[in-house]
Amino acid sequence: MSDLKNPGEGIDFGLFLDCVHCGLCTSACPTYTELGDENDGPRGRVYLMRQVAEGRLGLDARIRKHLDLCLDCRACETACPSGVHYGRLIEPFRLAVEEAEHQRSVVKRYDWFRQLVLFRLFPYANRIRLAMTPVRWLQRLGIYGWMERLGLFKLVPGRLGHMVTLVGPLVDQGPKLPKFLPAKGRRRARVAFFVGCVAEAMFRHTHWATLRVLQENGCDVLIPEGQGCCGAIHFHAGSSDGARKLADANVAAFDLAEIDAVIVNHGGCGAMLKEYGLHWHDDLQPARRRFAEKVKDINEFLDQLGLVPPSGRIEATATYHDACHLGHAQKVREAPRRLLAQIPGLALRELPETEICCGSAGTYNLNQPAMAQRLMRRKLENILKTGAQIVLASNAGCLLQIGREVRQRRAPLVVLHPMDLLDMSYRDAKPAIASTPARR
Amino acid sequence: MIATATIPLLRELRRRLGAENVLGAPSELVVYECDGFTIEKNRPDAVVFPRSTEQVSEVVKLCARYGASIVPRGAGTSLAGGCLPVGGGVVVMLTRMKRILTIDLRNRMAVVEAGVPNLELSRALAGSGFHFAPDPSSQTASTIGGNVATNAGGPHTLKYGVTLNHVLGLEAVLADGSVLQIGPVPDPAGLDLLGVLVGSEGTLAIVTKVWVRLTPNPEDYRTLRAIFTSVDDATNAISDIIAAGILPAAMELMDQGIIAAVEEAYRFGFPLDAKAIAVIEVDGPAAGLDEQERRVETICRRWNAREVLRAADPRQRELLWKCRKMAVGAVGRLSPSYCIQDGVVPRTRLPHILRRIAEIGAKHRVRIVNVAHAGDGNVHPILLFDERDRDEVARVLEAGREVLAECIASGGSVTAEHGIGVEKLDFMSRLFAPADLKAMRRLREAFDPAGRLNPGKLLPSECGASAQT
Repeated sequence: MSDLKNPGEGIDFGLFLDCVHCGLCTSACPTYTELGDENDGPRGRVYLMRQVAEGRLGLDARIRKHLDLCLDCRACETACPSGVHYGRLIEPFRLAVEEAEHQRSVVKRYDWFRQLVLFRLFPYANRIRLAMTPVRWLQRLGIYGWMERLGLFKLVPGRLGHMVTLVGPLVDQGPKLPKFLPAKGRRRARVAFFVGCVAEAMFRHTHWATLRVLQENGCDVLIPEGQGCCGAIHFHAGSSDGARKLADANVAAFDLAEIDAVIVNHGGCGAMLKEYGLHWHDDLQPARRRFAEKVKDINEFLDQLGLVPPSGRIEATATYHDACHLGHAQKVREAPRRLLAQIPGLALRELPETEICCGSAGTYNLNQPAMAQRLMRRKLENILKTGAQIVLASNAGCLLQIGREVRQRRAPLVVLHPMDLLDMSYRDAKPAIASTPARR
Repeated sequence: MIATATIPLLRELRRRLGAENVLGAPSELVVYECDGFTIEKNRPDAVVFPRSTEQVSEVVKLCARYGASIVPRGAGTSLAGGCLPVGGGVVVMLTRMKRILTIDLRNRMAVVEAGVPNLELSRALAGSGFHFAPDPSSQTASTIGGNVATNAGGPHTLKYGVTLNHVLGLEAVLADGSVLQIGPVPDPAGLDLLGVLVGSEGTLAIVTKVWVRLTPNPEDYRTLRAIFTSVDDATNAISDIIAAGILPAAMELMDQGIIAAVEEAYRFGFPLDAKAIAVIEVDGPAAGLDEQERRVETICRRWNAREVLRAADPRQRELLWKCRKMAVGAVGRLSPSYCIQDGVVPRTRLPHILRRIAEIGAKHRVRIVNVAHAGDGNVHPILLFDERDRDEVARVLEAGREVLAECIASGGSVTAEHGIGVEKLDFMSRLFAPADLKAMRRLREAFDPAGRLNPGKLLPSECGASAQT
């Protein structure tokens, strides 16, 4: 280890000093509340990173295990009264650890999962679509459902097996997105829409819903070409360079002068876009910062703009799950609730422990399936307690994770993005809710 | 680091509890070397996570056999080093014992395991019309077991009393591994062991289960904030409110320094030029609350309060309380480290003690900001420093000692709710006569003859810490 640089080296030491060790964050941390070990809580992890950064402790496998188990959900940032920027500690620290390991390995290659799936597959919507072809065929032939129920996908080894089961049932995703959509009625804003990778491959229907909602609210929408994945998958899997390239492609693709905002509809992507200005210190940093300042989550944007109230009644009970990277990282919590409250007929119930992660956390559910599963079970229990027929989340990862659990447990729940539901209300369409509400 | 004697102990602990419930590697023990009090640190030899009272008992018996000391720990939010493993030993984490076993509204009682966080119980009671009254500022994280160990208070202690007033029974593991149950019976005969164990800071037994009293929610409340142009005015107003025969549920004070930190954290809209803000809550039957509110306001105005504002809605009230309760944690915005004191003085001496605190801070070149459960005369001066600056640390320790000495001189005490821990050991001999301390020592020896339960805490040496080191 001695020839390697200390993974805490690049971190502003002042960020460690923000932590006064009060411990009020611990109860907000999903892994701490599950395990009760302070090594798996935010105060402990900050302490461990600081020990390594100060050279008091070497980075051993045990410390790595505790840091790897962190979801990076940043619930601790919401809980912390001192304003510790936990994400700015754990993210660069983990990145440095990953990069050091990469440097040290003889073949200078990432493992097959990172190499093939995370870096080569995920950032590209068309490749994800292609990769899903076998699943889509099984679904078209009508045998996917019973394979899922019989648990046959458990036979697919390791993380691939987990990925297969995340794929949702067939829905009509709508045609390819256009380059421009005009506002309906008086124009109130001109925005550009961020498309992303997994979101485009698996939630294009939600993209369409979002675009229609923007139109209804008097927004001209540009969908610039040349944009791609936000880079979060690379960044969190240890490839800072890969993430930077994707970030710079996006920065180049959007002409900020002609728009009021860059709109993003998934919390994970949004958090990454908003932090472009923080991660890399080079000549392009000012441009990234300018871009980041224009980024708005769709809920946040519509709430600030003032929603044109939808009129289609949706007689149902719903609950809203706070996606970590929207609620904790972007601090957007009230906006989606205020928007949803304007849907006529919709009863919105608060979700117990809404601030606790569902276990999806980017690619966490693929890398730490056991903890992810524990958190998912806990999330579904809480959702069922509300008696809701619809559960809403503003992030692709949560939608996939919750969706899978709902299917596997055959819970009478519809899993939707808030924009899906708002769009239905504008179009006077109805969600396919079960006739009997979930058990209380 | 690992003493050779601990290796067989570790092996035995792993065999009994399972490897996943025992930590023994230095890199995993390091986070347990301190709690919310960071001035002193010491790494334990092992950390264990029992899941039942039986397992706690087994751990205690094993430690007895190997002569290891035992430090019980919940959320580790102690501000007095109550969880510091003095001389090493085994830290017994109660965090995997966190089931709420029973909620019995007809008997106004709940039964919880020691590791249940305080707020978790309140959440479970939401909608029932009852709550658990002790509300220490750390309640989001701190455990009910820890609340019992320190006899924790909180803002609402003024009207509702401290933890002891809300504990009906305890299950605890004694130093020999036997399991004791006290209560929950309405009028227990025999010696009052409940009174002995609550507040004993883990030096007499390890509490594993608690029967707590549930309190009906007040019908209504008014939460006011009064903005003062001097700390003296604020504290005088608080004394006059009590003198007028009003018993608010809580009367809290924040000075200008802490207001800045809190405002940065929560953007409540406090005026940053205010010298002090009093948060005053009256509660009870709705009839009469308006009258109480009016009287409180009149008294505040008489002491030159610039504004007296009522929390507009439950949300604003919640935010106001969050600001007050999270205030201590928010000082990270002012300084890298802090040391919070827990002094008590007779309420009428508040103007004096706060003036003296400012003088002491100036004398030692230490910045001090204040929050206070002013209604109880309980001041929490927070001394700011950077732990890397050894000279500053020394000045902070000296200033802290002087503040506490002043509290004693003013007819008060050195702790109301945080406990003695290791931090205030030196003061015990000034607070108590030799005969008092001797009686306490004999009580402790009766419970724990070998002095292995949380040694080096609560009572100054001659007992405790000697056993292991």
